[in-house]
Amino acid sequence: MEDTRTLRFFNRGPSAVARLVFFSVLSLLLLFVDARYQYLESTRQVISIIIYPFQRLTALPGEVWNGVTSFVALQSHLVAENEQLHLQHDADSAQLKQMETVLSENAQLRALLEVKQRAEYTVQAAQIVYLERDIFKRKLFVDAGEQNGVQAGRAVVDNNGVVGQVTRTYPYLSEVTLVTDKDNVVPVQVVRTGLRAAVFGSGNISELDLRYQPVDVDIQVGDELVTSGMDGTYPPALPVARVIRVERDPAYPFARIACVPLAGVDRHRTLLIVSEVPTLPPRPAAGDVQGAQRPKKSNRKGGP
Amino acid sequence: MRYEMSMDREFLLPASRGFILASFIAAVLLAWLPWHGVALVLRPDFVGLMLLYWCTHKPHRVGIGIGWMLGIFVDVADASLFGQHALAYTVLAFGGLVLNRRVQMFSLLEQSVHVFVLLLASYAVYALVHWQVLGYVEWSYFLGSLTSALLWAPLTLLIQTLRRPRRNPNEL
Repeated sequence: MEDTRTLRFFNRGPSAVARLVFFSVLSLLLLFVDARYQYLESTRQVISIIIYPFQRLTALPGEVWNGVTSFVALQSHLVAENEQLHLQHDADSAQLKQMETVLSENAQLRALLEVKQRAEYTVQAAQIVYLERDIFKRKLFVDAGEQNGVQAGRAVVDNNGVVGQVTRTYPYLSEVTLVTDKDNVVPVQVVRTGLRAAVFGSGNISELDLRYQPVDVDIQVGDELVTSGMDGTYPPALPVARVIRVERDPAYPFARIACVPLAGVDRHRTLLIVSEVPTLPPRPAAGDVQGAQRPKKSNRKGGP
Repeated sequence: MRYEMSMDREFLLPASRGFILASFIAAVLLAWLPWHGVALVLRPDFVGLMLLYWCTHKPHRVGIGIGWMLGIFVDVADASLFGQHALAYTVLAFGGLVLNRRVQMFSLLEQSVHVFVLLLASYAVYALVHWQVLGYVEWSYFLGSLTSALLWAPLTLLIQTLRRPRRNPNEL
């Protein structure tokens, strides 16, 4: 018979209730420290090194499956894909030529205007190790970490646009918070009008909110939003989202504008981490700004 | 019911430390598989379930302390706040310890109902912390406790089978 009926709380160290209280208080303490301060990041990193092999192990079935499917891909499929890639390449190279002319023209114009060079940034490829595992959050992990020179705060993009931002780095992994994470903010600019605004994550994987715009704002369905580069985190002119719905209800002070993110997180395994964005000059302290000029405020309101 | 009771009372091999550890590692690996979309919403809490199994069947070996440590590991892997899973698993382990005598008197189905309530409490603790810190709760999160409870019976049967003594083939 199984020996389970001799549980004597008081003969075996502290009682269950005492242990419950002890560990609950310990957890709450940790929660408080972690939520308020950043002291525990090194502990987190040590534990992450211990569990890293297991995490890679769980990603293995998917990798093996991908490897097998790509190995047994049919010849005809490969030929068709090759053909399509060739076509794409031709189209792209034509566009690239055009782009080169535009770039040189742009450089010349900028030289004329004496405007500082726009951000030139390099990217670094990283594989998605796994997607978010907590349905409260829109996060994923990629296999480039501190050892590869990734730092928290870097922007993460794919070939269609902005995916998110590196929010925490481990030695071999980085945690990426997606633009759709609840209340994640990306400073953007409307391509058609040049209007500056900010999109907020809605917590829903396929939707972003463009908040704090007046009801009569000049935004239409189909407008593209690109990063404005105002914050120094995201390089400028990366596509972020497209407007899919505009509700102008005069009963509310702001219009309700919903956008769909352009980058496809669930479509690729490889993402690009923007390695370097030139640092902006430090922001002057609030006291230095005279009442006459308040550029920040007009940006947020986004008046046309 | 008589059948299940007799099954619960049958002779099982003592659970070695290695076996318990292996079961936890298996649970953790299952939880870390790349779930997403609907599967993520419905993903059972494998680690919590395994913890509850050992807390109810081997309360001397696995208790609140081990639950708390498991929670810390899961916190790091899930990038949740330090102590969030730890607190939830502490509550879960306590529930398992308190109910361990009672739960074993019931059939698997009745056990599942008890387990569901315990899991719901641990899920509620997790969601409560999340709500306190970040200010919102996604209600579909609680679906996981239901799928976890549904997995209780298969999990129990599986582990009991693994713990049953191997019959010597030369025996009569």
